Amino acid sequence: MDYFLTWGRSPWGQQILTHVSWNLLWASLFAGVAFLLAHASYMVLSAHRKRHPAETDAMEAMRPGLPPRIARHSLAARMFHWVMAASMLTLLSTAFLPIAGIKFAWVTWHWMAGLVLAASVAFHVIHATFWLDFWSIWVGPKDLPELRAEILRELGHDVAGPKPGKYPLGNRLYHLAIVVSALSVIATGLTMMVRIRTPLFTRNPYLLGDASWGFVYVTHGMAGVALVGLVIAHIYFAVRPDKWWITKAMILGWITRRQYLEHHDPHRWVVAETGQPPSPGGFGAPGS
Amino acid sequence: MAVIRDVMPPFELFQPANLADALNLLDRYGNDAWIFAGGLDSLDWLKDRIRRPRYVVDLGGLAELKGVRESGDGVEIGAMTTLTDTVRHPVIRERYGILMEAAESAASPQIRNQGTIGGNVSQDTRCWYYRSGWSCYRAGGNICYADTPEAVNREHAILGADRCVAVNPSDTAPALIALGASMVIRSASGERVVDAEDYFIGPGTDITRMNVLQPGEILTAIRLPGDWAGSRFYFEKIRDRQVWDFALVSVASAMTISGTTIQNMRLVVNGVAARPLRLAAVEDLVRGKPRNEATAALAGELAIQGAQPLRLNAYKIPLMRNLVKRAIRGVEEWTTS
Repeated sequence: MDYFLTWGRSPWGQQILTHVSWNLLWASLFAGVAFLLAHASYMVLSAHRKRHPAETDAMEAMRPGLPPRIARHSLAARMFHWVMAASMLTLLSTAFLPIAGIKFAWVTWHWMAGLVLAASVAFHVIHATFWLDFWSIWVGPKDLPELRAEILRELGHDVAGPKPGKYPLGNRLYHLAIVVSALSVIATGLTMMVRIRTPLFTRNPYLLGDASWGFVYVTHGMAGVALVGLVIAHIYFAVRPDKWWITKAMILGWITRRQYLEHHDPHRWVVAETGQPPSPGGFGAPGS
Repeated sequence: MAVIRDVMPPFELFQPANLADALNLLDRYGNDAWIFAGGLDSLDWLKDRIRRPRYVVDLGGLAELKGVRESGDGVEIGAMTTLTDTVRHPVIRERYGILMEAAESAASPQIRNQGTIGGNVSQDTRCWYYRSGWSCYRAGGNICYADTPEAVNREHAILGADRCVAVNPSDTAPALIALGASMVIRSASGERVVDAEDYFIGPGTDITRMNVLQPGEILTAIRLPGDWAGSRFYFEKIRDRQVWDFALVSVASAMTISGTTIQNMRLVVNGVAARPLRLAAVEDLVRGKPRNEATAALAGELAIQGAQPLRLNAYKIPLMRNLVKRAIRGVEEWTTS
């Protein structure tokens, strides 16, 4: 059991849960790198169908009213993403570099980055709820046909089935994993702040009992080590040449009309056509 | 579960005859090895059955780590030199009186005959919550029992606490930092030398260690430069009883004076944080100022900035302030402006 969890002894002689075993950090790191290598090898070695340029040309010809640049992420959404990314990387670095042997005074940096993450996520929830298409990022049973089609496409089959709306299925699944792990790590992290000295709270180490604190620390650790693997996978896809157009959209905020038609289902992500021949540099407003 | 005292758990004992063999053993056994110097810290851990190393490497047979040698304009003290031999060495007495005082203030004569200077600076904290084997932060857990509303924490930290509020118990450490000493550390892969000030680490950096020694490393020697030799020293250790006790707060300083003006100073306090604290801001404040009561009072106030008392140790704040004042103006002879 010590391979997964660590236990200690309370002043009353009781065995108490204290942390996750840091073996799990290495397991998550290994899993992330193994996935990266396996996926990269598969992509290099397997034949993947790519849409013939003529097909996309024809689609473009059929939608002359679409603007050349289609807004994908608002400035607010992009700012959230990069603030969250910076805080997440700071959190992971301050949490795990000391465990890996690089020693420094990490606690203050860690909780400060944690507060930035919590604030940015709170902003994102409000922003997505009231200003974005809230459900476009979620997955559910309705996405099973798309999942099947995506798997078949990954295996090299030419499938006419559903294509993604605004977000590819991989993005939506990743978002779900991040939501679970990040909300877990934020909720437990904010609770743990009650135990340390900060200018924000009066310390109260007795807020919870030993067993409950153990659960909080273990949940925080589990979510933290999971995020190591998730972040590795995210960065890997962000820098892959075939996904660079998505990363670029997170920087610039838009994709080209051609990328829109090539990678998305215009029926699931509706972009209003201007009805006019596109003006250079003009943006199309995303529909619902 | 009752703790069985005075019966050590079994371990394999190695008594290497030279440093190379000791380093090879530590390299071979890594985290499973325990370095045994004078044994005064180690035997507590082992008899209380809190620490259960599989292998113990006794450095007692390493003659090359014993003795005080003159080196350039300073001296090099082997880490296995006993505190008594350190105190009695004529060069230490003549040129590094602050170290003599500090070493002589440690524990009792019997313990100083057995305890080594390397062990004195490298010993673990004496926080009894930690040493009782409970799962506190320092022991790898997730709480500091000494920093709870009902904790008995009269001897604990007022500065530099980061989850853990244990303090460094060494008497010689502040004196060595005041003298600008450097610590020679050897491992199977080579040698590194760190300033005494950087040898000690706080819980923010590594909550499970008191110093920078890593598994496989041995503190082999302490080098004292000649820079502060023979300067004006001050050492004072406040404790509950005058023998065989750890410091509540101690102060060590080395000062150079021109007339009544403080030219330069190194000032260190211990017993207030998890590491001996060099008070660089105070040193900067007093540099170039007259050595008098006013300067001392200013320094004392600056020294305690940021102090956060626990339930039972608020007394350490005025104690530290007054020790700093005394280190600057002295107690018997001081000038008035």
